[in-house]
Amino acid sequence: MTAISSTAGGPTARFRGMLADRDGQLRIVLVLIVATIVYGAFYNDLRQGALRPLFEALPMPSVNVLIVMFYYAILALGLNIVVGFAGLLDLGYVAFYVFGAYTTAFLASPLHGISIPWWFVVIAAVGVAALAGVLLGAPTLRLRGDYLAIVTLGFGEIMPVLARNLDNIDLSAFGGPKDFNLTGGNIGVNPIDAPVLPIPGPWGDELVFSNRNPVAALYLILALMLLVFAICVRLRDSRLGRAWMAIREDETAAASMGIDTVSTKLLAFGLGASFSGFTGAFFGAYSTAIFPESFNFAVSISILIMIILGGMGSLRGVVLGAFVIRYVNDALLPYLGGFVDEPVRAVGAALPEIPILKDRIEAFTLTSYNYLLYGVILAVMMIKRPEGLLPVAARKAELHGEGVATEATFGTSGEVAQAATDFEAAEGHLATPESRPDGTDGTDGTDRGDRA
Amino acid sequence: MTALATDLVLSTRGIRKEFGGLVAVSDIDFDIPRHSIVSLIGPNGAGKTTFFNMITGLYKPTAGRIELNGKEITGAKPHQVVRAGIGRTFQNIRLFGNMTAVENVLVGLHHTLKGHWWEAIYRPRSLLREEDRALERARELLALMNLLPRQDDYARNLPYGDQRRLEIARALATDCKLLLLDEPTAGMNPNETLELTEFVRSVRDRLGVTILLIEHDMKVVMGISERVTVLDHGEKIAEGTPAEVRANPRVIEAYLGRGAAGHG
Repeated sequence: MTAISSTAGGPTARFRGMLADRDGQLRIVLVLIVATIVYGAFYNDLRQGALRPLFEALPMPSVNVLIVMFYYAILALGLNIVVGFAGLLDLGYVAFYVFGAYTTAFLASPLHGISIPWWFVVIAAVGVAALAGVLLGAPTLRLRGDYLAIVTLGFGEIMPVLARNLDNIDLSAFGGPKDFNLTGGNIGVNPIDAPVLPIPGPWGDELVFSNRNPVAALYLILALMLLVFAICVRLRDSRLGRAWMAIREDETAAASMGIDTVSTKLLAFGLGASFSGFTGAFFGAYSTAIFPESFNFAVSISILIMIILGGMGSLRGVVLGAFVIRYVNDALLPYLGGFVDEPVRAVGAALPEIPILKDRIEAFTLTSYNYLLYGVILAVMMIKRPEGLLPVAARKAELHGEGVATEATFGTSGEVAQAATDFEAAEGHLATPESRPDGTDGTDGTDRGDRA
Repeated sequence: MTALATDLVLSTRGIRKEFGGLVAVSDIDFDIPRHSIVSLIGPNGAGKTTFFNMITGLYKPTAGRIELNGKEITGAKPHQVVRAGIGRTFQNIRLFGNMTAVENVLVGLHHTLKGHWWEAIYRPRSLLREEDRALERARELLALMNLLPRQDDYARNLPYGDQRRLEIARALATDCKLLLLDEPTAGMNPNETLELTEFVRSVRDRLGVTILLIEHDMKVVMGISERVTVLDHGEKIAEGTPAEVRANPRVIEAYLGRGAAGHG
């Protein structure tokens, strides 16, 4: 038992409350801040100057790749609230990203002739996404498990379709135009105003946070990600965070401890959605254009993969998961493709005529096999490390606890044996023959009605 | 019906539960005097847990009325019932396995805490104080159950007897006036059973809660209950002091069969 206690931490150290001691966390954050600032500031100089051989020889991420890594980290942190904390499987998380991005497009682009500064637009985008989360959640959060997953999956599919088709709305019945263009349809919205601060400097009269000035955008998204991370840490360590985890562990028991499960799950949905809306607002403004294709089902799934890879419920884990997946997708695969693509195509050209296969090999690009790679990553993780790269202690113990160390195993199995003998002894002493301490008498069927 | 005596914590009138055509619990009148220990017994499938689940809001009664401290709670949701003052444990232990012992108890304290979720983000002093008090209270409850040394262990890793006691600590954390224990000694050895029985009595005496037990171990039932109610096939067949119930021919018949009752 001692070994188990030590994995769980000393007295109070493991307690995830207000007094929680998170040694090392701050140091990691500081290293991340300094590294990002330095890398961003000197990126161009380094790439063209002293470190040029390094940049040519290794898959160094560009500033734009770093930005994508950071905003996917926010998306992963948001989905982690829903999936990792509250245990609700949401397969349509991209829907709220659509709300954030299109709210930004409506309020800060020539499409509707509205041009509100991004700093206010982002508040509206967060609000709209959170509202969408609550509106979707209110009728659907009665569902559990698979059913919720299916509903959210459908919702995630509907939103881009709406974006694609709401470009020709007949409003003549309301005295409006016959072909009102709300979303820009297939061609999306382009341009969208970038976030701007009226600070003159070497960058010009004002500071623009978009792909025209990626370093500024990098610093902005770094700050936003750290803000979201801090909010997640504090929510996790709060009364609400405990309620989420209780619902994840056992919803019926949580309700029987006084937790209003419906409103607690709604809060998870709403807060998770608001982070997605936040990222959508950044994405729209940073890339200054959005298209319905940017929000397909694969986005929802790739965010889910980040969470599984990093460790469900682990904040550092999901950030790492987002970094790894985006880095591999946007920097490593193109880099490796540089070596692999040509030789493979050459092989394809040399092949005799085989239908389909020859064409495929002749046009081989490694980057288009990213989803195959995700699948491999998922499969390997499930087999080798189901708890993720940086798991929370509880999940690690749950998935590996029975076999961590021989000492611990002896301790626990000894206790299991003891419990078993106690159990039999008790059963022998029970006064009535039908007693079943394991609760199989069937009358406790509290789960029976839950899915209805 | 409004003239229910005020010294009753819980009072049900004609509560009934049907699952499709099956009548699981049929028109039960049941009163629990304040500060008493009352047991609900009966063979398997008698409707005991269904009755529990109606009181705690997991099932909605098909008919009837439930009053807690004179206020109607019929059809209230589980969390509303807890807030009204009923805490419970489960027949098959339902702890939050991946949370530590102290966190489990803190979840029980959930509805007694007032901090809003947005306060958790900027942490005003009032919230920090509330959390400190909650932690202190959780440790008190763990100490009461002799679980303080285990506070940082995951509930899943606790030995069976500790899990049973942690569930009681968690239920007590809800600040309940009425504590419902669903087979608390199931799976315990005679020593643990004896210990728990003593403990249940001391909880009643020290914390002033009222206790309703579902229990199969007759030694426990006869030893600590002041009143015993017997259910069989969803109906109340007997009620009274342990001695009265033990002598009741219908009870003997329900447990041991008709022949035994004839000889008894």
